Amino acid sequence: MPTNAKPKLAVWKFASCDGCQLSLLDCEDELLAVAGAVEIANFPEATRALSKGPYDLSLVEGSITTSHDAERIQKVRKMSKYLITIGACATAGGIQALRNFANVTDFINYVYASPQYIETLHKSTPIGYHVFVDFELRGCPINKMQLVEVLSAFLNGRKPNTPAYGVCVECKLKGTPCVMVAQGTPCMGPVTHAGCGAICPSFDRGCYGCFGPKETANTISLSEQFHKSGVTDEQLIRAYRSFNACSDTFRKEGDAHERQ
Amino acid sequence: MKGNRLIKVDYLARVEGEGSLYVKIKDNKVEDVKFKIFEPPRFFEAFLRGREYKEAPDISARICGICPIAYQMSAVTAMEQAFGMKVDGQLRALRRLIYCGEWIESHALHVYMLHAPDFLGYEDAIQLAKDYPDAVQRGLRLKKVGNDLMTIVGGREIHPINVRVGGFYKTPDKAKFKAITEELKWARDAAVETVKFVATLKFPDFERDYEFVALRHPSEYPLFEGHLVSNKGLDIEIKDYEQHFAEEHAKHSHALHSVLKARGAYFVGPLARYSLNYDRLTPLAQKCAKEAGLGKTCNNPFKSIIVRSVETVWACEEALRIIKEYERPDKPYVEANPRAAVGCGCSEAPRGICYHRYRLDDKGIILDAKIVPPTSQNQKTIEADLAEFVPQHLKLSDEKLTWQCEQAVRNYDPCISCATHFLKLHIERE
Repeated sequence: MPTNAKPKLAVWKFASCDGCQLSLLDCEDELLAVAGAVEIANFPEATRALSKGPYDLSLVEGSITTSHDAERIQKVRKMSKYLITIGACATAGGIQALRNFANVTDFINYVYASPQYIETLHKSTPIGYHVFVDFELRGCPINKMQLVEVLSAFLNGRKPNTPAYGVCVECKLKGTPCVMVAQGTPCMGPVTHAGCGAICPSFDRGCYGCFGPKETANTISLSEQFHKSGVTDEQLIRAYRSFNACSDTFRKEGDAHERQ
Repeated sequence: MKGNRLIKVDYLARVEGEGSLYVKIKDNKVEDVKFKIFEPPRFFEAFLRGREYKEAPDISARICGICPIAYQMSAVTAMEQAFGMKVDGQLRALRRLIYCGEWIESHALHVYMLHAPDFLGYEDAIQLAKDYPDAVQRGLRLKKVGNDLMTIVGGREIHPINVRVGGFYKTPDKAKFKAITEELKWARDAAVETVKFVATLKFPDFERDYEFVALRHPSEYPLFEGHLVSNKGLDIEIKDYEQHFAEEHAKHSHALHSVLKARGAYFVGPLARYSLNYDRLTPLAQKCAKEAGLGKTCNNPFKSIIVRSVETVWACEEALRIIKEYERPDKPYVEANPRAAVGCGCSEAPRGICYHRYRLDDKGIILDAKIVPPTSQNQKTIEADLAEFVPQHLKLSDEKLTWQCEQAVRNYDPCISCATHFLKLHIERE
């Protein structure tokens, strides 16, 4: 990063709920400090002011679902020194990737009275399918403290400290008793990427996988465990096909149970 | 100034989601106004089919990261109506509490970060903070109190995980509210200061004869229960919504336009809620409104910033009341017994009513879903506002007129991500 000028930060939105970019505005205690450390060059949710690229750091929210957006992400990549995806939509296609398992024409006909007005691609795809991504921050939504860590890391030229282990480790660190062992509650924690701070189990609820798969997730073993506790194949498929349905690990496991 | 102009904003800022504005002026008359939503469609209603009733609150929350509680509350109340369940007592109170958190967070965000900069001539709140550091700091801290409240009850501020059909996964221990009580008292006072601050802003002299639509409850300021009422005679149960309202699909928009079948465009959100429920506000909120120069109704959409601030006072007081009276219930939720039925729910998102309807089979699998977010209901009214506002302000330069048109759209705190399940400004003067 140049030391003589403030690095230029841009925030880009594709198909999404706006929640992940809201995380930046939700850093109430850090926002003015962040705004002091960077030049916010493009962030339409927060400001009318725009300054032209190139940008030092681009945060990308949302998935690619239109041909226009497929072209736009190419332009964003060309204008960005570093490109970081924020959240499950940008990283794994998001909940809107459930269209990938259906016929999108049926979807359009179902929701819209005049389907001819709707322009959309057949699949919702992650940013990484289209351009090189320097770093992917997980979560639906992302954890705002992890976002501050990633921004800080890139601005200081170091690797972000966002562990790739599972939610189970976070439960152990937090001292939360295992909901699967203690309550028999099906939990996706063993296969899910850490980052949220294991919120669901601390609320007596099984993890529902909103941070997507961890590294080397043993989904086969987890599915067996789910079956033993009475989870049906239909429920299992739905569990894998949610906010990270298009991630390789979850997609393959969901598909395997559909074939059975 | 020439009589033909085109004003356009290709990507409207300080709104949630993607939309544009297009105003075509010919011979000093507005020929066309389009508030376009180009946010790509995400087809929630389509992929909710085949999912279990339990999943609806978590999935529908993902329509909007700004008002997930609105979606969760509309979804759970719809399911509970379908299954004939009653959730009351402290569980109902906790639902109101988390909803107050969302109102405080969303209103503080809109008042200080999205709307106030327009009135004071700044591009954004960060620029505003250089000249008004105390106000912006107050707004951020207020916003944080709302987020903290959502985190205590819901687990996290965006897409909370603790709301379920029948109640909650886990109810908070009373001790959890100890620290936030003091912060909420600060927030209530800060909200009172906010009303005073926004009352000093300059407002365009602009009023229209709107049909306001909001929920109305027998005794409370409405959140997720009551009748749907209007100032033009509507008074219906939530379940009869679709008999009175219809959605139209306009070519220029990815969001369906909602209309009252009998009378067309209508207005939802803070102005509607306030004008229809003034008598349900707390005495302090009423006093703040009066001191800010508001009557019992408000027809100037630019003054929605005052109404949002008044509602924030109310939400802080309501949260304090709920916390004071809170006793942890024995069971965190009421058991659901799925049956084949149709259920409807409607709740007051910070930006207006959010309606859900689900048809379920006997196992609780969703067969049909319909979701009507607030912004799609306000779209026609936003366009009508612009059609009336622009001719009154043709003396302004294109730059100033464009900014004021943007401001007129931001009056509605439009959430475009919601509406497509929307903004570019485009003013054309020929």
